[in-house]
Amino acid sequence: MTMIDRLVHQGRFLPVLAVVTSLIVIWYAGAVYLNSTQLIDRYQKQEIDWTIGRLAADAWRMERPVLPSPHQVGLELKKTVIDKRVTSKRSLVYHAGITLSSSLLGFALGTLLGVALAIGIVYVTTLDRSLMPWIIASQTVPILAIAPMIIVVLGSIGITGLFPKSVISMYLCFFPVVVGMVKGLRSPEPILVDQMHTYSASPAQVFFKLRLPSSIPFLFASLKVAIALSVVGAIVAELPTGGQGGLGARLLTGSYYGQITMIWAALIVASIVSALLVTAIGYIERIALRRLSGGQAVST
Amino acid sequence: MNQPAQSASAVVHISDLSLEFSTDDGPVQALSGIDLDIAPGEFISLIGPSGCGKTTLLRVIADLETHTSGEILVNGVSPGEARQNRAYGYIFQAPALYPWRTVRRNVMLPLEIMGTAREEREARAVRYLELVNLTGFENKYPWQLSGGMQQRVSIARALSVEPQLLLMDEPFGALDEITRDHLNQQLLELWRKTGKTVVFVTHSIPEAVFLSTRVIVMSPRPGRVMDVIPCNFPKDRTLDVRETADFLEIAHRVREGLKAGHSYDDD
Ligand SMILES: Nc1ncnc2c1ncn2[C@@H]1O[C@H](COP(=O)(O)OP(=O)(O)OP(=O)(O)O)[C@@H](O)[C@H]1O
Ligand SMILES: [Mg+2]
Repeated sequence: MTMIDRLVHQGRFLPVLAVVTSLIVIWYAGAVYLNSTQLIDRYQKQEIDWTIGRLAADAWRMERPVLPSPHQVGLELKKTVIDKRVTSKRSLVYHAGITLSSSLLGFALGTLLGVALAIGIVYVTTLDRSLMPWIIASQTVPILAIAPMIIVVLGSIGITGLFPKSVISMYLCFFPVVVGMVKGLRSPEPILVDQMHTYSASPAQVFFKLRLPSSIPFLFASLKVAIALSVVGAIVAELPTGGQGGLGARLLTGSYYGQITMIWAALIVASIVSALLVTAIGYIERIALRRLSGGQAVST
Repeated sequence: MNQPAQSASAVVHISDLSLEFSTDDGPVQALSGIDLDIAPGEFISLIGPSGCGKTTLLRVIADLETHTSGEILVNGVSPGEARQNRAYGYIFQAPALYPWRTVRRNVMLPLEIMGTAREEREARAVRYLELVNLTGFENKYPWQLSGGMQQRVSIARALSVEPQLLLMDEPFGALDEITRDHLNQQLLELWRKTGKTVVFVTHSIPEAVFLSTRVIVMSPRPGRVMDVIPCNFPKDRTLDVRETADFLEIAHRVREGLKAGHSYDDD
């Protein structure tokens, strides 16, 4: 079944349609309002009589709008997503690909780091006390401030390209994974842990047969947050490395040349990428949880 | 003790055993001066009001808790060693099944941990699920079973390691009376067939008297043994035995023992 089919079948189609329609209406109205100052100025200078109708029509087809109208953004998307060859530097698909690859690498690294830290925290008492404050502190540092530093520092020791950007995604990703995994690994009831003790199970057996499977639902809740953060991280990392492309680079170029429409198109592609990734994780989660719960219907 | 078992041959030998928990509000004397010898093949019930230390005593035998003074031997060795030797099977109050494992794989869990060969694991799962009347449910998941069936799976799982000693902590506490009667009969039959030693915690006087060779009446604060009541009904007894005068008399004595524990409490 396609997504649309499913939406229709589950009776969610109408609400979704209603929300999308009203957003577009608000967007058009907003475009008129935000662009009106500029236009009215121009009308007055050129002593043109204007009506609301003319204002709206002009506002929706401005060359350099404050807020472009939906169809302008749609046109830009068509130009940069459909009309351009995927390998072209002007194709948003090309740039989305760059962002996607560093997001995914960062997500993978962040997940590994997060799981490893969580295991350390759960199994080593001193790590439990000493590590958590640092992990929390790491997330209070604004990512926008440290992203350029990480890029520059890694660049100075000859590491450039995909990896430094992934490091920033990783930096954002590992946090929800640590928090979720610690909770998950500690989630088995005492009775199940005692039971393992009565079997004289080894620590590794307790981990693989009990703690790890118990942590999977917690892990997936974290992964959904982490994957969205990994895209944010990749885009932020692309701002200082503009030359190398990526959706972040498009945002930077757009604002540099005052191409607001270009920024909007890049933003929309970025949110589509995030949404697809979160959906993909959700899909894997459903399969995993169904196996974990022995086929019992799980609501997520 | 009424039935002086030779401590050398006793499955469980406990003498002057005490256990004190240290809590934030100071020490809690959970067990005090317990003497108990359990001979092979006995069915012992521990009964007493909430908080009298039944679970704690069972957990000491299972090496889940360590006593503070006195002596305890399980099969002639320390509880820790006995646990390493897989001397006992412990059945908790809740079924404690793994939701992601089928009934069959739940039963095989301890065998996997103990490194039993695959064919043997499969064979034992079949055998012990049959023993608790769950043949045909091997590939179901725990959520697809009733509470009583789940508890039977947990019994089959404990039996699958073939321990000579079964420690059961209110295994039927959460079940309705009819299911409970039914499982009591099954347990009795199992005990008769296998000749295992059972230590069984319960709150129910009829259950204790019906199942046991001896009922240990405990009282709280500090947890100690009030009375030891032998009740040797024929091994092939049925639930009807509960209507006999003998049965009622023993049940009465258990009730008196429990009352004595309470009145002591009011001093
Ligand atoms: N881990 C623990 N730490 C501190 N005190 C404990 C602990 N476990 C049990 N106790 C205390 O020891 C006493 C005996 O508890 P226990 O669980 O053995 O009682 P019980 O006879 O099994 O009660 P119930 O019938 O309610 O299951 C209680 O006073 C309880 O509060
Ligand atoms: Mg108890």
